[in-house]
Amino acid sequence: MTGTVYPALLIIGPLLAAILCSGFSWVEKRACYPVAAAGLLLAAYSAFRVLMEVLASGTIQYRMAGWPPPIGIELRIDLMNALVLMVVACIALVNLFASHRFVSRDLADREGTFYAVYLMFVTGILGVSATGDLFNLYVLLEITSLASYALIAMGDPDRSPLASLNYVFIGVIGASFYLLGVGYIYIMTGSLNMVDVASLLPAIHDSSAILIAFIFCMIGVWIKMALFPLHVWLPNAYTYAPLPVSRVIAPLMTKVMVYVMIRLMLTVFGLDYIFEKLDIAQAVVWLATAAILAGGVMALAQKDIKKMATYIIVSEIGYMVGGAWLGNKTGMTGSILHILNDAVMTFALFLAAGNIAFRLKNVHFSSLEGIFTKMPWTMTGFVLAGFSIIGVPPTCGFFSKWYLVIGGIEAGAYHFVAALIISSLICAVLFFRIFEIGFFSDDSHGHGHGHSAGPEMAEAPISMLIPLGITSLFLIGLGLYSGVIVNRIIHPFLG
Amino acid sequence: MDQIVSIKPLLAVLVSMFVIPVLVSSSRKPNVREAWTFAAGAVKFFLVVSMLPAVLNGKEIVLEMFEIAPGASIAFKVDGLGMLFALVASFLWMITTMYSIGYMRGLDEHGQTRFYSFFALAVSATVGAAFSANLLTLYLFYEILSLATYPLVAHHQDQKSKISGRRYLIFILGTSIGLVLPAMLYCYSVTGTLEFTNQGIFQAGQVSKPAMTVLLLMFVLGFAKAGIMPFHSWLPAAMVAPTPVSALLHAVAVVKVGVFSIVRVMTGIFGIDLLSSMNLGTIVAALASVTIIVGSCIALSQDELKRRLAFSTISQLSYIVLGVALLSPNGILGGVIHIVMHAFGKITLFFCAGAIMVATGKKYISQMEGLGKKMPLTFAAFFVGSLGVIGLPPSGGFYSKWFIILGTLESGQMIFMVVLLLSSFLNAFYFLPIVFKGFFPKNTESGSTAPSFVKIEEAPLCCVVPLTITALISIILFFTPDLFIDLIKTALGI
Amino acid sequence: MSDIIPLIVAKYNYWLYIILMMIGLYAMIAKNNLVKKLVGMNIFQTAIILFYVSIGYKTDATIPIIKNAHGGGHGHAAQTIHAADYINPLPHVLMLTAIVVSVATLGVALALAVKVYQRYQTLEEDEIRMRLTENKS
Repeated sequence: MTGTVYPALLIIGPLLAAILCSGFSWVEKRACYPVAAAGLLLAAYSAFRVLMEVLASGTIQYRMAGWPPPIGIELRIDLMNALVLMVVACIALVNLFASHRFVSRDLADREGTFYAVYLMFVTGILGVSATGDLFNLYVLLEITSLASYALIAMGDPDRSPLASLNYVFIGVIGASFYLLGVGYIYIMTGSLNMVDVASLLPAIHDSSAILIAFIFCMIGVWIKMALFPLHVWLPNAYTYAPLPVSRVIAPLMTKVMVYVMIRLMLTVFGLDYIFEKLDIAQAVVWLATAAILAGGVMALAQKDIKKMATYIIVSEIGYMVGGAWLGNKTGMTGSILHILNDAVMTFALFLAAGNIAFRLKNVHFSSLEGIFTKMPWTMTGFVLAGFSIIGVPPTCGFFSKWYLVIGGIEAGAYHFVAALIISSLICAVLFFRIFEIGFFSDDSHGHGHGHSAGPEMAEAPISMLIPLGITSLFLIGLGLYSGVIVNRIIHPFLG
Repeated sequence: MDQIVSIKPLLAVLVSMFVIPVLVSSSRKPNVREAWTFAAGAVKFFLVVSMLPAVLNGKEIVLEMFEIAPGASIAFKVDGLGMLFALVASFLWMITTMYSIGYMRGLDEHGQTRFYSFFALAVSATVGAAFSANLLTLYLFYEILSLATYPLVAHHQDQKSKISGRRYLIFILGTSIGLVLPAMLYCYSVTGTLEFTNQGIFQAGQVSKPAMTVLLLMFVLGFAKAGIMPFHSWLPAAMVAPTPVSALLHAVAVVKVGVFSIVRVMTGIFGIDLLSSMNLGTIVAALASVTIIVGSCIALSQDELKRRLAFSTISQLSYIVLGVALLSPNGILGGVIHIVMHAFGKITLFFCAGAIMVATGKKYISQMEGLGKKMPLTFAAFFVGSLGVIGLPPSGGFYSKWFIILGTLESGQMIFMVVLLLSSFLNAFYFLPIVFKGFFPKNTESGSTAPSFVKIEEAPLCCVVPLTITALISIILFFTPDLFIDLIKTALGI
Repeated sequence: MSDIIPLIVAKYNYWLYIILMMIGLYAMIAKNNLVKKLVGMNIFQTAIILFYVSIGYKTDATIPIIKNAHGGGHGHAAQTIHAADYINPLPHVLMLTAIVVSVATLGVALALAVKVYQRYQTLEEDEIRMRLTENKS
């Protein structure tokens, strides 16, 4: 309840920058990048301050325009969103730095627009993570989605508009379901503030309207996060988007939706309602199991790093949903930890893919021969990201999997445990297949094209390598300090 | 037991990891690069030795780094068992470095910087595994080792090494993720800890016997680096690697990490008492026995020298497992000491195989008749090495077999003694003829070797010196095995 | 059976929104033309907006503007206000935002449809798909 302004700055920073950017795009295009950087730096700094403050003195409630809840809109930041906000702000910032070269080369004519929409996307996603109001969440979610439709459509001119349009259809359905759910909650409680709703709900747990509300909300969120079998929109949308876009949308969008799901489960409906009144947890864990396996199998069929990575995301969504629905603290811990870890490792993977694409123009497997000699540093980052997704210690992916598996064992959900293990194996196959192609250069193939006269160093520019390096270090750092994160942030949050 | 907190174990692990950037940056100056590798090896060995007195005094050196979850942390603990393994690994790294200089330059291999870098990483992981205080840390280093070895196995970057590398990964990574990881997590969720202690982590009655059996088998088979059948076939495949890799990694470091992990799990996670009260040793011993006999038989039929050595390694590794699975003090002693004895014996043999390759380019045993006269020193060392592996005096290998046989007597499982003796005969059958034919060729008409006076054409000095040293040590160990026996006794409290 | 008719009549607003929603959903799934899909999408969103608007309604209530709230009343007016006399303004206000969102979405979607048309000279999905497979081969 401190008078801190950082929660507001967190959102207003990028928002103002977005408006400035769209203004500058008419006047002075070169100013856009610094403005965007300043906005995101402010956001990252605010996120850091917010995290520190939440760690020091507990949940922050920031009243927009001073109206008290439940009437006013409230930003409510506890340990979990503080963590998510930190991740989102940092990834958005790092990606901005990594993307500058790319944007000024491939999107030169739309530079200003790109930065403006990018900042809107970040604003929305930060807002979704910070808000404590159900309807506000919907609006911010739509802001995020609208920005991401536009961003995706900036990609491959052949395919991206159509992919984006399909994403619009699905996105609208998802958001509308969520909105419907909120409507039922409002009918029953007369409130939209999450905490307020949570305090009113226990009295009417048996109402079928609440059940409907819950189901609509969940379906909406699942569509938006691409939980199998509602995932069909995701691979195309993320694949045909320009790389600077897909590497920020891919780690953040789905992860923030998982956050929303957990927020709804924990803060709004409450675990008692979900696990004691309703009898669907088992079914959802089975669904998650199917998602993990299906995502992995579909990833196996891909011949392109980006497309493969999108199916890995589908699989990882299964991890998080399953963990959250196991119904025990360990599983929930694993799920929340995996939001963080998966965001970072997907980001690292896409950063590496971006560096490759910057040089090779595509990331199809067939063009990766001898890539280890050509781009050793990029590939180091790629290997680390791959190991993290496989779950090799000490990278962070191992440790969230650790909690998820133990949660699964505690809950007796052995199918989920088996799926996690099998998924690790599938990911190992996925990545070592790429490593193999990159490690062994097949001469006969190279001569056919005539341009690959022996592998030479063709490393990505330093401005793209440094972000990758930092992210890769984080992969290990987060892994080693996952005990601290769990003990300081996640366990106090779960109580 | 007294515990000393010290950063030394961490340094010992990291020193060879930190040298990698230096190696990469000096990739254009081979001499500087190799000097650095050597220096790192010396520092590492020195660090390990500096911890030796404390360990011999019955103390443990511990260092806790990161706590991941209650009871599961990344932590180091140096006890007798780990010390023994680390001593061997770090010492042999130095020797192997010297040997690889001779070998790699002799054959003018490509990608030498990559080779040395991943070699250093692999050794780091090996020592890390030796100093692990709990199963999580052990698993961590086990995986790092698996992955660091892949570029070494696939070093030649041709079709054959691609297939071998693939097989290597499928077996090693598949088993560790598919079997060890779930078993480990299950143990953790039942007991809440993964710490190695001599009495084991399970309370009586916590896990039923069938579940326990499954767990044990998951561990024993899951640590596929130990080459227990049916997960052994990666090892012969991995022989496509350059010989120094086969020598250090596939006779000492990698395979011994597998065995070491099994030993650690059986003594530290399950505990000898629990295993013997549930009578679970026999099933492991039976698995090991099958591997011993079948491995030896396959070795007999191999003509490529390195493949024969590989199958011999598979069967010898199971000696160690068998010794421990007997669950009697002498059996464990014999098993663990075989880690040392076999290391020196087998590395000598591999060094010899490599030296023959460098000097003459010959890989197949049938081509080696009469070579002994050209390369007397190499073949003499080969003889000593095979004595060590067969277990005959005057070589250290004698002790391991001696203690294991004592162990079978102690535990009253005579059948395993028969296995041991039978396998010794087989060992003799597949090693001694090589030496014999090397010195006394049946038909001396083969071209230039016909004259009675043969010019000595040994491999480069860098190749010959290491194999002489290891052969000598193998003999010295026959006379002074006390250091290692003491280490094991302090570790296991026997 | 006799129960269901009063149920429908009493809650006709819900049934209407459900029917509208299903029409929209049907169009989005089954129609081949992208613009028809967009129309379906808009119907779908409108259905939800109507749902919200209808839940704010109360019988015999008026619009939520309080007479003489400013000046003259000296607070007396506040005492005479009954919540039941005024319809609930909040859902309507929310829907203002939702309408903005849906208009914006429609705008973006139409822009995308234009881009698709420029690229493929058609808005029929099956024809686009045919073009794509042709390009591949």
